[in-house]
Amino acid sequence: MNIRLYLWQRGTAALLAPLVLVHIAVIFYATRQGLSAADVLSRTHDSIVWASYYALFVAAVSIHASIGLRNILAEWSPLTPRAADWFAIMFGVLLAMLGARAIYAVVLA
Amino acid sequence: MAAELSVSVWRGGEDGRYETYSVPRRESQTVLDVVTFVQRNIDPTLSYRFACRVGVCGSCAMTVNGKPRWTCRTHVSKVAGGGRLEIGPLENLPVIKDLATDMQPFFEKWQQAKGVFAPSKTRYDDIEQIPPSSPERRAADAAIECINCGVCYAACDTVRWNKDYFGPAALNRAWTLVNDARDAGNAERLQAVSENGGCHSCHSHQSCQELCPQTLNPTASIAGLKRRTLAAYLKGEIKG
Amino acid sequence: MSTGLIAHRGSVLWIAAMIHRLSGLGLAVFLPFHFLALGLAIDSNAKLESFLRWTDQPWVKLSESGLVFLLIVHLLGGLRVLVIENMDWRDGQKQLATLAAAAAAVVAFIFLVRVF
Repeated sequence: MNIRLYLWQRGTAALLAPLVLVHIAVIFYATRQGLSAADVLSRTHDSIVWASYYALFVAAVSIHASIGLRNILAEWSPLTPRAADWFAIMFGVLLAMLGARAIYAVVLA
Repeated sequence: MAAELSVSVWRGGEDGRYETYSVPRRESQTVLDVVTFVQRNIDPTLSYRFACRVGVCGSCAMTVNGKPRWTCRTHVSKVAGGGRLEIGPLENLPVIKDLATDMQPFFEKWQQAKGVFAPSKTRYDDIEQIPPSSPERRAADAAIECINCGVCYAACDTVRWNKDYFGPAALNRAWTLVNDARDAGNAERLQAVSENGGCHSCHSHQSCQELCPQTLNPTASIAGLKRRTLAAYLKGEIKG
Repeated sequence: MSTGLIAHRGSVLWIAAMIHRLSGLGLAVFLPFHFLALGLAIDSNAKLESFLRWTDQPWVKLSESGLVFLLIVHLLGGLRVLVIENMDWRDGQKQLATLAAAAAAVVAFIFLVRVF
């Protein structure tokens, strides 16, 4: 861990705090009386607001989770620091890609 | 209380083993008393360190029932549940023999963290005027009483998991110097604690703060370093 | 080498740190599946709908409330760390950590009873 990774991780953490609070509110609202695909998609479809919100969320969580994972791998697994870095980067890219695909799915598809 | 204690003591190097001794129980006995009894009366080959035996030097730090503590300040009555004690060398340090560890890595990391005073004046300059109540001096004073006993270093899991991590004592010392108005080495020091193994590896477990026999708070010192280095980094004064 | 590895690791703050790390790990493992589930809507609403009906099962709802716990305990624990690192030291860390876990459990419980 160095200051650059620290800043990215704590920075995305601070950004994620309000995003997660909104997400929890959304979860509670959405599950108030059974969740259906139509309920979700009718609200997210073609919505710039939801697209932007989730794009920010996906970007932040991809960075935050991958750095966190990197620390866990570096401290708890036999991987070398460099291997931990690479594994974490791969994971971050995976999250970003799957997340972008999910946004596409609920906003545009 | 039972007349005898059953005491398991680490013998040998890294790949040693625990050996058990029977030690008479006494009033107000400390763990250091117990170790001393073993060495003087049962096995003179037992190696251990102590100096002041009154809780001011930090030399007698060992692992007692899993916790790093000063053995001269640990009463047997407080820790020997069921008349049993387990005494080992401090964790996270190479074992020389039995209860004596090699403190060299601990002090090397002290140097790496630039926990070394860098003078800014000569004898011909005026003495630095430092009000004791200034925020920086108070921050330094709160952390200055470290006597390098190694308890925090032995307690720290981040040290255990990350061999590059400087550890609580070295970073705590660096923090006192960051707050020392007479010191001129902050540029290098902030850079040093911002790199691999520096303050940003701390996860704030607070084992150091909970176990420090001097009641210091390295977690708070390290948090202070995080704030100072972040400000310096954002201003371009140190490199990431 | 020491057999007493548990000793000071029973402390509240150490447990809080472990909960923070493990909850983060759990959420990280969950996320790809979460994104894949949402991605079902690419093919058709019907695919997402049938997946959502699958999640109606009680054990899934239980797991979801577990995930809600992980998310909130990780958020609150993380906020506690951000406060330690960016503001002046405050005592009472053990109480804050316990409060964070309790609050997360309460909210997760509320989630659970609402979806049943």
